[in-house]
Amino acid sequence: MPFVILAILAALPLTGLSSYAMHLVILVVMWSVVGMAWNLLGGYCGQVSFGHAAYFGVGAYTAGILYTKMAISPWWGVPLSIPVVALFSFFLGYIVLRLRGPFFALATLASGEVMRVTAENLVDFTGGTLGIMIQERTWVEKTWYYYIILLVATVTFVLVKKLAESKLGYYFVAIREDQDAAESMGINTTLYKTLALCISGCLTGAAGAFYMNYMGYIDPNVVFALHDISIITIMIVMVGGVATYWGPVVGAVIMVLLAEWIRSIPGLGTAHYTFFGILLIIIIIFLPNGIVGDFPKLKRLLKLQKA
Amino acid sequence: MLEIRGIDVSYGDTQVIRDLSLEVRKGEVVALIGANGAGKSTTLKTISGLLRARKGEILFEGTPVHKAEAYKLIGMGLSLCPEARRLFVEMTVDENLDMGSLKGEAKRQRQRTKEAVFGLFPRLKERRRQIAGTLSGGEQQMAAIGRGLMSLPKLLMFDEPSLGLAPILVREIFDIIKKIREDGTTVLIVEQNVKQSLAAADRAYVLETGRLVMQGTGEALLSNEHVRTAYLGV
Ligand SMILES: Nc1ncnc2c1ncn2[C@@H]1O[C@H](COP(=O)(O)OP(=O)(O)OP(=O)(O)O)[C@@H](O)[C@H]1O
Ligand SMILES: [Mg+2]
Repeated sequence: MPFVILAILAALPLTGLSSYAMHLVILVVMWSVVGMAWNLLGGYCGQVSFGHAAYFGVGAYTAGILYTKMAISPWWGVPLSIPVVALFSFFLGYIVLRLRGPFFALATLASGEVMRVTAENLVDFTGGTLGIMIQERTWVEKTWYYYIILLVATVTFVLVKKLAESKLGYYFVAIREDQDAAESMGINTTLYKTLALCISGCLTGAAGAFYMNYMGYIDPNVVFALHDISIITIMIVMVGGVATYWGPVVGAVIMVLLAEWIRSIPGLGTAHYTFFGILLIIIIIFLPNGIVGDFPKLKRLLKLQKA
Repeated sequence: MLEIRGIDVSYGDTQVIRDLSLEVRKGEVVALIGANGAGKSTTLKTISGLLRARKGEILFEGTPVHKAEAYKLIGMGLSLCPEARRLFVEMTVDENLDMGSLKGEAKRQRQRTKEAVFGLFPRLKERRRQIAGTLSGGEQQMAAIGRGLMSLPKLLMFDEPSLGLAPILVREIFDIIKKIREDGTTVLIVEQNVKQSLAAADRAYVLETGRLVMQGTGEALLSNEHVRTAYLGV
């Protein structure tokens, strides 16, 4: 089944999709990566982060700064963002992982905002609010961008699945369910939470580095955005299904298409947040485990409608 | 086996335990009793390393453990059956038992220990694939005790194992505790169920608002005037 899906995805550019359609597909795949990464930390390990923009942004800026300061291809940012974000996650985790539940959530939210303000003010390093612009895009065609992010997504999917099914996955779930009990069972909860955070951060950072290359422009308000990155990431996973393998993918499809659709309705402007909010409320009430997690329930509901 | 020397424990600015000392010897069943809020659970959490004492020392088999990280204690042979069971509710009974035996000798002996646990609690064996959160209260308590035993502890601590159980189950739990002791595990038990725990215990300590007010053999405390009026209501 996963191989069939992968084969279909790999063949997708051959079907002659329009450039705009390819753009949407690329966004969906990129958001799936971020969603899956968030899911590892938030869904499996139970550490709900409201600040994944911090990792996304650090990844994006790694690529951007490699380009502006060291004059090498920003594509190096995709692999090189991994050690950079790993180090960053490790230090951030050292601070925020001492906190639990809502306190952790608030601290991560603050960390995203701190990174945004920092990036705005380190003008010499980041270009401040002017952002970073890549002068010549690598390709005009979307195909290669698509294959690159598809590769990142495939690696992410396999990694998250392997981790969740390993001994580590059990440790993560034990920490999510009861951190004190997990600690009493002999699980070094600090270590494993840090591990989950670092892996999640690195995957998110790789997506950020891709974003720099693909969009060709970043600034602090774009890549360290609270609403457009951190909150959307949570919504993608909530809508698709927390702690499910395909949930983030399904969530990404829905959120990207929904955002595009709403944007195409004239006169609504940024009202798409309103729609996202309503969607989230509906999901929490009717499908608390998301579309994938509550799929049997969803099928039942739809049948009931027909009958 | 376990020696607590003059510990103080606080939550923020509120001090909950004052200058508490107690001892558990190898092979004993020791009970710690006291009213709601006396600090019994706090004491057990401090022994397990989940809380830190402000002052004083805790020695386990002669080794200081009051600064050790909580996850290391299970490997030394110290195991806690926490209050309100605290199972991993989304895991099965089997998985919960496995979580109790993650490392070392306990992991190597996992299958054998599990059979022994199922011997004590046949009901768990029938329900081994059931999600722990869907077990009845009594079954959850059995699973929690089973999980505690899976680590092959030298000292097993129970925080209110009889909480919310019907009298017949309470008796069963106390019978199990007796069996556990006969198998060579030392037991420290915290209980509201004063009568039964004093009857089961070799020695007991009485805790009132964080201070130790009395200690003695289970029998002596059962006939003590203060204990009788304050805890047995006779
Ligand atoms: N996390 C906490 N923060 C602040 N105070 C706490 C905390 N946990 C317990 N306390 C307080 O510490 C005191 C002792 O609590 P503890 O849970 O040790 O009592 P206990 O003897 O186990 O009571 P019970 O028999 O009701 O379980 C109580 O006054 C309680 O309100
Ligand atoms: Mg208690």
